[in-house]
Amino acid sequence: MEFKTGTSPYLPVSNDLSRLMLKVILGLVPGALCLFLFFGWGVITNLLIATATAVASEAAMLRLRGKPVAPALGDYSAVLTGLLLGLALPPLAPWWIPFIGSAFAIVIAKQLYGGLGYNPFNPAMVGFVVLIISFPLQMTLWSPPSGVEGETLAFTDTLQLIFTGVVPAGSLLDSFTMATPLDTAKTQLGLNYTWSEIVNNPVYGNFAGHGWEWINLAYLVGGIWLWRRGAIHWQIPAGMLGGMFVISLLFYIADSDSFGSPIFHLFSGATMLGAFFIATDPVSAATTPRGRIYYGAGIGIIAYIIRTWGGYPDGVAFAVLLMNMAAPTLDYYTQPRVFGHEKE
Amino acid sequence: MLTAMLAIGILAACFGLLLGFSAIRFKVEGDPIADQVDAILPQTQCGQCTYAGCRPYAEAIAAGEAEINQCPPGGEATIQALADLLGVEPKPLNAEHGEHKEKRVAVIDEQICIGCTLCIQACPVDAILGAAKQMHTVIESECTGCDLCVPPCPVDCIDMVEVAQAIDSWKWPYPELAESSERA
Amino acid sequence: MVSILEQPLAIPGGLRLASNKSQSLRTPVRQARLPERLIVPLSQHIGVPAEALVKPGDKVLKGQLIGRSTDYISAPVHAPTSGTITDVGDYPVPHPSGLNASCVVIIADGEDRAADTGLKIDQVLEADPADIRQQVRAAGIVGLGGAGFPSAVKLNPGPDRQVELLVINGAECEPFISCDEALMCCCTQEVVNGIRIMQHSLGAQQVVIGVEDNMPRAIDCLGKSLEACGANNIRIVPVPSLYPAGGEKQLIYALTGKEVPSQGLPADLGIVCHNVGTAAAISRALIDGEPLISRVVTVTGAGVAEPCNLEVRIGTPIADLIEDCGGYTQDIAHLLMGGPMMGISLASDNLPVIKTTNCLLAASQADIPPPKAASACIRCGECVEVCPAQLLPQQLYWHAHARDFDKVQDYNLFDCIECGCCAQVCPSHIPLVQYYRFAKTEIWDQERERQSSDIARQRHEFRLDRLEREKKALEERRAKAKKALNKPKAGDVDDKKAEIAAALERVKAKKAQQDANAKNIDGLSAEQQAKISEIDKRRAAQNTTTGE
Repeated sequence: MEFKTGTSPYLPVSNDLSRLMLKVILGLVPGALCLFLFFGWGVITNLLIATATAVASEAAMLRLRGKPVAPALGDYSAVLTGLLLGLALPPLAPWWIPFIGSAFAIVIAKQLYGGLGYNPFNPAMVGFVVLIISFPLQMTLWSPPSGVEGETLAFTDTLQLIFTGVVPAGSLLDSFTMATPLDTAKTQLGLNYTWSEIVNNPVYGNFAGHGWEWINLAYLVGGIWLWRRGAIHWQIPAGMLGGMFVISLLFYIADSDSFGSPIFHLFSGATMLGAFFIATDPVSAATTPRGRIYYGAGIGIIAYIIRTWGGYPDGVAFAVLLMNMAAPTLDYYTQPRVFGHEKE
Repeated sequence: MLTAMLAIGILAACFGLLLGFSAIRFKVEGDPIADQVDAILPQTQCGQCTYAGCRPYAEAIAAGEAEINQCPPGGEATIQALADLLGVEPKPLNAEHGEHKEKRVAVIDEQICIGCTLCIQACPVDAILGAAKQMHTVIESECTGCDLCVPPCPVDCIDMVEVAQAIDSWKWPYPELAESSERA
Repeated sequence: MVSILEQPLAIPGGLRLASNKSQSLRTPVRQARLPERLIVPLSQHIGVPAEALVKPGDKVLKGQLIGRSTDYISAPVHAPTSGTITDVGDYPVPHPSGLNASCVVIIADGEDRAADTGLKIDQVLEADPADIRQQVRAAGIVGLGGAGFPSAVKLNPGPDRQVELLVINGAECEPFISCDEALMCCCTQEVVNGIRIMQHSLGAQQVVIGVEDNMPRAIDCLGKSLEACGANNIRIVPVPSLYPAGGEKQLIYALTGKEVPSQGLPADLGIVCHNVGTAAAISRALIDGEPLISRVVTVTGAGVAEPCNLEVRIGTPIADLIEDCGGYTQDIAHLLMGGPMMGISLASDNLPVIKTTNCLLAASQADIPPPKAASACIRCGECVEVCPAQLLPQQLYWHAHARDFDKVQDYNLFDCIECGCCAQVCPSHIPLVQYYRFAKTEIWDQERERQSSDIARQRHEFRLDRLEREKKALEERRAKAKKALNKPKAGDVDDKKAEIAAALERVKAKKAQQDANAKNIDGLSAEQQAKISEIDKRRAAQNTTTGE
């Protein structure tokens, strides 16, 4: 009797790329929901535009490159990139902001390097950084989170603002955009106010920015779930949060009036989103266990430095890209000792 | 202005001295290029590259007189290795010099051989055993498959036979897969 | 100083896999039906193939030597049953290449008469270790755990190495395979005898039998047997059932905490490791006088009607063996020799069972689904988590994929034991082990090519030297000859003539002497002499008239 041959191992593999990506997308839900509750319909439009653009650009690029489209789209990696970028953008940004960012991320930062698995930089962060450098005004105007100055904009008003740039009747753009807590802190510290004075601003909540503290908490919950389900490893989040905690603690102890507390930094801006969902992008991160701890710590420390002394309110995106550059070197110098070899 | 020029000039001189000193003090004695090229070539000594053997071809490559894609027995692997060594772009094998064939060895048909020694004189690695008016035979393990013994034989008794794959030198093939999004 | 740990360590990496062994352990080991035709390959071991001693038409008895070992790292081959040799030639053998190899074909006569092999050793536990090793070699015993390394070599650590610990490997970690467990339950006494023989032969003070913790019956049987023969210095240590805890290096680490050095041997640590099946085979050879001609094989999978363990003669066609187990079911899709993690996929069942066949897995589509299409590596690091050799499989993959064989060796490719854990967890379904196997054989091939091209270069250079030498010698001779030719002047011509005349005289004298001798005319009477001189005169006169 004749048989078809194969190669070992032969057992069915349960792990799958699409399952992995879907798990990550699921882990984003608590944080995204929180973001929506505090910032309104702009969040949804950002997510929809970014995701749709990401999928469309990936399909177009694959066809141009002559690769099979359906299997590549079926692993949901483009969807994930679109979602991450959409979550990072200001809710009232014009529609072309998520469009340009997402298209750049997929076409240039991912497909032109060779597609999934070949990009040295995190595509979502590349898209974000391109936007923040090219369109600083649109990228730093966030609406006030719900509860700070009344409710968020209504659905139709949001759509109108995003797609046509026309503000709702009887208001000015100024009245529903404001700086984020990190941005506020930066400018106020620059004006030599102390933290105790800054914190009185209504934009701050219980231990971090109003609304932002809950959003970060929700991302933390989603991230821990993701770790327990085995979709990410603990080294990168632990490294990033640990690194940021340590450096902010050191400066806070030195001068608690001029520097934000560690808790503030851990629950502000994109910290938790970055720690569990962005920095953990396996393609652009370090791969050895020890390398990942240093990689995460590097991101945490650089993000703190940019926040405190750099020119941008939140440094997570730049920190991630800088550590992406360092990842191959980290991998080379943190190779684990091979079984049967002497410790070098 | 003058101080700037002096300063830059002195810096340039210092760095130049440093570089010169390092070039002499830390000079690494390496293989001459021709030796390294020769080490990569398959030593078939067939002459298909238009040189009289592998060593002359290696020296021609080192002198820049020959291209790296003239060796059919070496095939793509040799061209790639030469390209890596010399830091140039690999080129496809130049078809003018022949095509890459599977390893073959010469076999003398002993019924026809007349013992003329012409093939013995032609073999570049002395892989044929025999003497005048004695039977000639090819030492299979030493034959490089260069084909040089075939033309001189007056009775055309030499055949080039493909070497059958032995089970203990079998190689696993490169995994060819229907990649879904893998780069070509 | 090696010691057995109280609590075995967890091996690095590894996977927990469903064991799937119960279906083949429902019935005890039974004898397989003796087939009509047996094909015995001459190479069933690591090392140089055996050389056939028989030719078609020879009649052989069971256990008779039919192929002798030709090297130190080699093993002889014996006839598995009595019968007639019908062919010695190339036949398909179980090998991933699908190529043929040299085999001896025997048609069984059904009587199964045994030869007197001379392998028995009386009082084996007091015998000289060298004698034991010699008999183990003569019995053709090789590692029955799957690798097939000649066991006599592993019983000889060398004159300057002390063996402190003998590890017996009963930790059968791969799913579906249960032959070692079945052997430990059914032939416990043989296993224990074999262990004691090996301990005596190696002079090891400590012996430990490593088993998995999901083999309670085997542990029980072994414990009772050891107690019965009073072997108190042989311990049984169950290790956590994790794949691949049964690998030699992994088991040694779990039991002792020591790592076998890379590219080294357990003997470097004072440890020798043998499989339980090998122990039983040694007992059969030295106590019962039977060489290695049969072994326990697990036949299992959803594709066979009656999964079980059988005692099978080497050379039994796999098709016959499947028939013996009730035949195929309609779910049959693949046939593997070995387990689902490291086994060989066979293209046909018209192949023989060999010494290293531990399991035949007749798998269904559900057991072994078709492989999914591979995607790009996303560097997720799952493979790093499970590698028992603590390598970086993804780096090995990237470099093997790019055919960068230097880099792939920098990442310690040859430390890979090809267990398959990495490929099992890869979310992109990349056939990682295939890349490593490709890289390994490619590197070995390149090494062989390099050696043969070095030899060709030497031969060529020697030939060029030889031609140079011959040319020089020729030129020298010519130069000398030319010099000699240039010398002669007028006076010399006369000298030459005188020389020539003298030479002619000499020749004449010699000829006369020769003639005289040739004619045997010594000691003749005066009358005869006179007659001869008369004849000579007459002849000379004739010659002058005819003209010379």
